[in-house]
Amino acid sequence: MTLNTRARLLACAASALVATGATAETITIATVNNGDMIRMQGLTDDFTAQHPDIDIEWVTLEENVLRQRVTQDIATNGGQFDVMTIGTYEVPIWAGQDWLVPLTDMPEGYDADDILPAIAGGLTTDGTLYAAPFYGESSMVMYRKDLMEAAGMEMPEAPTWDEIRAAAEAMTDEEAGIYGICLRGKAGWGENMAFLTAMSNSYGARWFDMDWNPQFDSAEWKATLTDYLDLMNNYGPPGASSNGFNENLALFQQGKCGMWIDATVAASFVTNADESTVADQVGFALAPDKGLGKRGNWLWAWNLAIPAGTEKVDAAKAFVAWATSKDYTALVAENEGWANVPPGTRTSLYENQEYLDAAPFAQMTLESIQAADPQNPTVDEVPYVGVQFVAIPEFQGIGTAVGQQFSAALAGQIDVDQALDNAQKLTEREMKRSGYIK
Amino acid sequence: MSRAVTPQRKAFNTALAWLIGLLIFFPILWTVLTSFKTEAQAIADPPIWFNFNWTLENYFTVQERSNYFRHFWNSVVISVGSTVIGVAIAVPAAWAMAFVPGKQTKNLLMWMLSTKMLPPVGVLVPIYLIFRSVGLLDTKLGLVIVLTLINLPIIVWMLYTYFREIPVDILEAARMDGASLRNEVIYVLLPMAVPGIASTLLLNIILAWNEAFWTLNLTAAKAAPLTAFIASYSSPEGLFYAKLSAASTMAIAPILIMGWFSQKQLVRGLTFGAVK
Repeated sequence: MTLNTRARLLACAASALVATGATAETITIATVNNGDMIRMQGLTDDFTAQHPDIDIEWVTLEENVLRQRVTQDIATNGGQFDVMTIGTYEVPIWAGQDWLVPLTDMPEGYDADDILPAIAGGLTTDGTLYAAPFYGESSMVMYRKDLMEAAGMEMPEAPTWDEIRAAAEAMTDEEAGIYGICLRGKAGWGENMAFLTAMSNSYGARWFDMDWNPQFDSAEWKATLTDYLDLMNNYGPPGASSNGFNENLALFQQGKCGMWIDATVAASFVTNADESTVADQVGFALAPDKGLGKRGNWLWAWNLAIPAGTEKVDAAKAFVAWATSKDYTALVAENEGWANVPPGTRTSLYENQEYLDAAPFAQMTLESIQAADPQNPTVDEVPYVGVQFVAIPEFQGIGTAVGQQFSAALAGQIDVDQALDNAQKLTEREMKRSGYIK
Repeated sequence: MSRAVTPQRKAFNTALAWLIGLLIFFPILWTVLTSFKTEAQAIADPPIWFNFNWTLENYFTVQERSNYFRHFWNSVVISVGSTVIGVAIAVPAAWAMAFVPGKQTKNLLMWMLSTKMLPPVGVLVPIYLIFRSVGLLDTKLGLVIVLTLINLPIIVWMLYTYFREIPVDILEAARMDGASLRNEVIYVLLPMAVPGIASTLLLNIILAWNEAFWTLNLTAAKAAPLTAFIASYSSPEGLFYAKLSAASTMAIAPILIMGWFSQKQLVRGLTFGAVK
């Protein structure tokens, strides 16, 4: 090979490299490890076929690791991610800090008005959408139809807490290893406090009054915690103070729970005959109420957002539009069946008869989502947004610390009054330190 | 005077050693067993030990979903790179401390060790900002630098301890014979300290391989090692224990195999100088 030929080959290779580098743009997407997100990763060929000039790199992390990782990156303008999967809790806080790109000019046909109002409300700040919902969820009662029938009872479509207690009592058979009710007990703002905050809303309790004074010394919180402990101590599984979503899911799937009040997304797991021993015996009902006009259900969505620090806004926006569009829903249905499309984000999905036929829990999910109001989560007025959380940056720390007190009460280490007193004091201290109250 | 060991005592000691060994090994064994189960079998109560339909499905799923070899290669580069650079820096440092100690040597050693007492999260934000500024985020080089610095105190301490066991007279004899400092270290000191250096290398490769705080916080897609690979299979909403176990088994297998084959060196090095 002559020197001239080598030089030509090198020049060709170099120009090919330059050309590739100039046209292909790679976006990095941070996401959580759950079924819907993994499915999305498997379908990205459809996106890259539509956008051959965009490559995708996935970073999949456990929820808590992801939250810490993306918060650190966005707060320091690290620029590691071009699209982030974030929850309903982060969106209003980050939008308020100007950390997110507003999703004002989505492509034609995106139909933002089709997003369920309850979900869109949590993602909108000053009338602007800052994140696109990928899937949404609320919470509801999942119960064993066979055990209810054996007990001679019928679960109302919209039960009260008293009816839940009666059903738990009737279904409990400790000798057979069946516990009337399974609820979250593991400490954490997204664990037991998600459930207890939602439950407290139905009791008329609230985290703060309009002047940001903590309200754990109220009668409503005492009633909430007393009833929760009563249910769990009498009809719950042993060691419940360390049970979160997965532990309760495992118990329910093995037929050890009469009822389980948790995320609507669990419906697809407990009705899956490959994993659940009680798949054909599961019924659904709305989260319970106390007759005060609010139900004990929460509202959550995993959303795709674009950090303000990214230099690839157009490519990121194209991806967000693709993944949260009606076309994506149709793509999942075509490849994986209607039962596997991401639920809880678009009105049109709940008007689709094929979906309603394939997902027996669809209507209950929709009603649960619609029953939650992040702007007015409880009976009295509150200064914050959020149903099972308070959308302020300090809440993660406070919520987990309060959750530890309530988990200790469930473990029998302290009583109701001590737990509430400790919660009140620590919340007051943190709110003073953060300047909300003097 | 030596004490006679009765056969009963020997049998008891052997049984106790096996019991402790099995207890320590049990979590790994359970992880490996779970990786061959279905998700439903993985959460069965009572637990299923061996009587299940063994399946490789989880391994196929993990391999299909993630680029295992990229994570593996990143782990190799990061752990071997940081260890080799760390030892290269630590050998002269430990030599100086062991054979020509100054008044402050002990304080210096304690100070080096004290840096290990600081919780890593305390310096996360400054290091993240520095890495962002110099473009080291999500690079293997960045992680090699961080892990070298993190493990350096341990490497220096280990080598210092080994070097102290080597009689200084031998080094002096080499000097008398006209050996330069370089030759003294390379041809006299290092051959005698091989077991110690080997165990230091092995232990630090294991530490770097398993390091999860910095490797998760400073990487995204390109430099993520096997710790990030495992983290991607953990989920608080969904029972993916069998897949998580398959990912964990794939992540620990290389280091486990390496430890298995090099256990002789590891034990010899760790007990070096313990019995005179």
